[in-house]
Amino acid sequence: MKNSGYYSQFGGAFIPEILVPTFDELESAYLEARDDEAFWQEYLELMSTYSCRATPITLLDNLTEQLGGANIYVKREDLNHTGAHKANNVMGQGLLTKRMKKTRVIAETGAGQHGVATATMAAKFGFDCTIYMGAHDVQRQRPNVFWMEQMGATVVAVKEGSQTLKDAINEAFRDWVTNMDDTHYVLGTACGPHPFPEMVSWFQSIIGTEAREQMLERTGKLPSRVYACVGGGSNAMGIFSGFMDDNDVELVGVEAGGRGRGSGQHAARLAYDDASVGVAQGYKTFFLQDHDGQMQDTHSVSAGLDYVGVSPILSHLHETKQVRFEAATDDAVVEAMQRTVRYEGLIPALESSHAFAQAYKEAPMMSSDDNILINMSGRADKDIFTVADAVHDPKWKDFIIEKADAYRREMNNG
Amino acid sequence: MAKQETKLELSIRAAREKKDILLMTHIVLGYPSFDDSLRVVEDMVKAGVDLMELQIPFSEPMADGPVILKANAEALKAGATVDQSFEMAEKMAKEFDIPFLFMTYYNILFCQGVTSFVERCKSIGMQGCIVPDLPPAEGQDYLDAMHAAELAPIHIFTPNTPEQRMRFLSDNSSGFIYSVARKGVTGKDTAFSSELETYLAQCRNNTGLPLAVGFGVKSPEDINFLRGKADIAVVGSETIRVMEEKGVAAVKPFIETLVA
Ligand SMILES: Cc1ncc(COP(=O)(O)O)c(C=O)c1O
Repeated sequence: MKNSGYYSQFGGAFIPEILVPTFDELESAYLEARDDEAFWQEYLELMSTYSCRATPITLLDNLTEQLGGANIYVKREDLNHTGAHKANNVMGQGLLTKRMKKTRVIAETGAGQHGVATATMAAKFGFDCTIYMGAHDVQRQRPNVFWMEQMGATVVAVKEGSQTLKDAINEAFRDWVTNMDDTHYVLGTACGPHPFPEMVSWFQSIIGTEAREQMLERTGKLPSRVYACVGGGSNAMGIFSGFMDDNDVELVGVEAGGRGRGSGQHAARLAYDDASVGVAQGYKTFFLQDHDGQMQDTHSVSAGLDYVGVSPILSHLHETKQVRFEAATDDAVVEAMQRTVRYEGLIPALESSHAFAQAYKEAPMMSSDDNILINMSGRADKDIFTVADAVHDPKWKDFIIEKADAYRREMNNG
Repeated sequence: MAKQETKLELSIRAAREKKDILLMTHIVLGYPSFDDSLRVVEDMVKAGVDLMELQIPFSEPMADGPVILKANAEALKAGATVDQSFEMAEKMAKEFDIPFLFMTYYNILFCQGVTSFVERCKSIGMQGCIVPDLPPAEGQDYLDAMHAAELAPIHIFTPNTPEQRMRFLSDNSSGFIYSVARKGVTGKDTAFSSELETYLAQCRNNTGLPLAVGFGVKSPEDINFLRGKADIAVVGSETIRVMEEKGVAAVKPFIETLVA
């Protein structure tokens, strides 16, 4: 595995010695699966029977009219089982776990979507399952924690560091260096040591392959621009991979602008100028870090984009200018989400709403001959508490207070 | 790479002439404060420690368990910087006549610039480095710089490491080999068993360098077990735990029981 997994200067495998044989094994299993056509067939079969593939594309006709520019299409990854693109990666790694004859899976999760997806996969394939989740994220994504536990997973609230995604990744590695013999670490995004960035992007490429064909079939041409939100970068790599060789298609990655440029409270590694190249969590990329190389606290309204690093493949595509990076602020994101809910009846996750926000900003400046495509990486059921707070819904508050009172009475009587 | 006998290896061999096992301890610089770090090192040297590993705190210490993890986080919270770590290490290396090593994660070197980090180590009198997330395949610049500065890059053997890989790691190391006694992170218990004995014999067979053994070493019994099987016993998390539970002053008597 010498010096493999580099995308210009980014990537690599900066792993503790104890995991070297484990990564060798994983890389071999992955390369064998890639060479084996039957593996991909099995994967497609699984995704079309267990999840909802192929997911459709939807034209947002009301908002297209309202905004008065490009025609806005949406790739519906929210229709996957468990409500996000995360299923694509997880089911693929589940099949690999079976091939490697391991019996336990672990995963980190931010928004909880990857955790839920991993827990369903473990339930289906009969694996033991432990999910690491920052304590802060456990608070803001309780509905997902509930479902993971229902599916038999152990959810560990990580209280170290910033108590978000990066800390969950560290804890998952700490588990793995002890239990690698029977355990596979299902990393949830296109980050981490080689071969994870490449392997996760491969499983997610199912999005882009479908989307390209669907746009051609539906509109007779390729879209002018494709938008995806960027946390670690897996849904973006997934949809972009379908259009990588199409020079006329502009790819736009949208990061978490949080409280805005210059605020120090965001997770924009490529769109803003605050990040620098570093090595952490096993790979080299742009990190939000200080002069000494200590990781800084990030902020986003969406747990899934609240992360210090970014896929090394996207850092490379940023440098080669094959992808343009923008950031959407918390306020713009909530607004875009509300608009999508109100006028289209679609409910994009806060993560995905970053891509919608940027697309809505640019669409009016484009022509009605242009089609644009937004990757709706997930749906927002999990965000109900966060969104209710953001929109200050009084009826929701009353409901929660009544529910809490009822539980309290129940406990006092019991 | 042509193997050189570094100053570190020579001084370990010289010390072993007089003792059947050496003791290496580990502290996190700046935890709970730099003044405390200095005091603890002074006590450790007085108590008879033979060499010391100074950890430069990092925000993502992936290979460390709860005790050292917390020490890293607290040191950073108190404002510890890499410059302060160098200043403190320089003071220690000047004042105490034992070899000092840095242990830290690769990003600390990377952000300083690998070559200037290594040259700075040399100029303040450090004798080697342990960088647990930098396998030789990713670290050619580091290995070259260490070689040029005649410092010891120390690599890790684990119970999962195949023998061929042990030889490769040994070829890329100088000073000594750090062999971890079990899987997992720092700060958990280790079974000092016949299985461990077999593994240590295997380590011995695959390197000509002195052998240090760490992870879970915390009592005179553990050190007795290692006598004859290793050159250096490494006590890491346990001294930090003792300091947390009983205060800085408790470290010296604890070390004295180990070397008695
Ligand atoms: C719905 C959704 N979209 C996007 C992301 C961000 O991840 P990535 O950038 O890997 O697609 C997450 C992560 O949790 C998510 O849940």
